[in-house]
This record gives sequence, C-alpha cells and structure tokens, in this order.
Amino acid sequence: MISSYRGYRAPEGMVSWALHRLAGLGVLFFLLLHIVDIFVIGYGPKAFNDLLFIYNAPLFRIGEIILVAGVYYHAANGVRIILIDFWSAAYRYERQLFYGVVATFLILFIPSAFFMVKGL
Amino acid sequence: MTVARIGRERPQGSNFELYSWYFLRISGLLLIFLVVVHVIITHVVNDVSTINYNFIVRRWASPFWRANDWLMLTLALIHGLNGARIAVDDYVRSRGWRVFAYSVLWSAAIIFLIMGSIAIVTFNPAAAGAAALGR
Repeated sequence: MISSYRGYRAPEGMVSWALHRLAGLGVLFFLLLHIVDIFVIGYGPKAFNDLLFIYNAPLFRIGEIILVAGVYYHAANGVRIILIDFWSAAYRYERQLFYGVVATFLILFIPSAFFMVKGL
Repeated sequence: MTVARIGRERPQGSNFELYSWYFLRISGLLLIFLVVVHVIITHVVNDVSTINYNFIVRRWASPFWRANDWLMLTLALIHGLNGARIAVDDYVRSRGWRVFAYSVLWSAAIIFLIMGSIAIVTFNPAAAGAAALGR
C-alpha cells in the first residue's frame, strides 16, 4: 500500500490485540446482561415480554450491531491467535494474517449489518 | 537458536495457567461455531423485534437446542470470565484489589452459571402459563 503518511503507525499485532480485548470484554458484558434477561423467562410470558422493551429501544438496536461486530472480530482474530500459537511459521505471515482477519470480518459483517439495518 | 515468538506464550510452571491457556483456545474454537450460528439465527435471519416468549417456547421445545444453548452458555461464560481474569492480571497491580477482582470474577462465574442453567433446564411453558392464569 502506497501512502505519503510518515507518522506513527501502530503495528498490526498491537491493534489486533487491543481490539481483541475490547471486543472480548464488551461481549462478556452483554453475555452477563443476556443471562439476566433469559433468567426472567422463568417468571412467565408477561414478565419476559415486558422486559424486551429494552432490546427494542433504538439505542440497543445500534448497540446490537456493535455487539455483532465485536463477536465477528473476536472470532476471526481468535483463529489468528490459534494459528500463531500452533503453527511455528506463523510469525513470518503476521501482516498477512492480520489482513486475513480484516477480510473475514468484513465478509461476515457487511451482509449481517445490511440485514440488521434493514430491520430497524 | 533464536526462535521468533509472537502471541501469548504457553504458560509454564503452573498447571492452572497452562490448562486455562488451552481452555481459551479450545473453547474459542467451539464457540466460533456455536456463537456465529446463534448470532445469525437471532440477529440476522430473525429480527430482534420479533423475538419474544413464544420464540423461546418453540426453540426450547427441542432438547437439541436446550443442550446447544447450555453448552454455549457454559463455554462462553467461562471463556469470557477467564479472559477478564487475564485482563485483571495485566491492569490490577495492588494485592488487595487483585483479591477483590478475582473474588468478583469467581462469584460471577458461579452465580451466572447457576442462573443460566436454571433458565435453560427448568423452563416449562405449560406450568408458567398455568401459573400466570392463577391455576
């Protein structure tokens, strides 16, 4: 890639690591919330359906798209981490692996985001 | 010989850390299939606004989906909290706060695992419907 930019550029490993942790903790936060909401189902249809106004709120619908992005990125980058850990030559392809993660993420996320935005 | 290393090395000297390292990778691999399918079913194919009590009644009528969801819940929760534990190792330096943070994580693991398991295993729409009608 040709660019005239000559300032600081964060290395791929650092960017992917930071995003992996951010996405992981974000998804964990939602998982805990999700366990609370599914626990309420034991209290019957009314209690559960009344609670769902939260997930239908516009702010949550946007949060949902960010959540799906986080899940897809964490999954794609997780494969890269496993490759790095179990394939001894992986360090030579660090940059290629990172761009592979970006490509996998986009292939998964763009169609999903399309359907989710359409449903809004 | 110099070996080039990237990534987080296999921990040595502690069996717990080594098993946790393997667990994150193996559960992660399984979760890719479980969670990506789950996300596509509940967020892409079905709009979130159409998901309600009856959706869960239909889904959990099948023992397969209950088992699938329970496996996903357990793996995701332990995978996520184990990841959070590693973040605590990185950022929480003082001994007191570390003990506090570990306590919170272990308590969360136990409480949320029990809550999620109760939800999946004991869900019984017939009984819930009868209770709602006061029978």
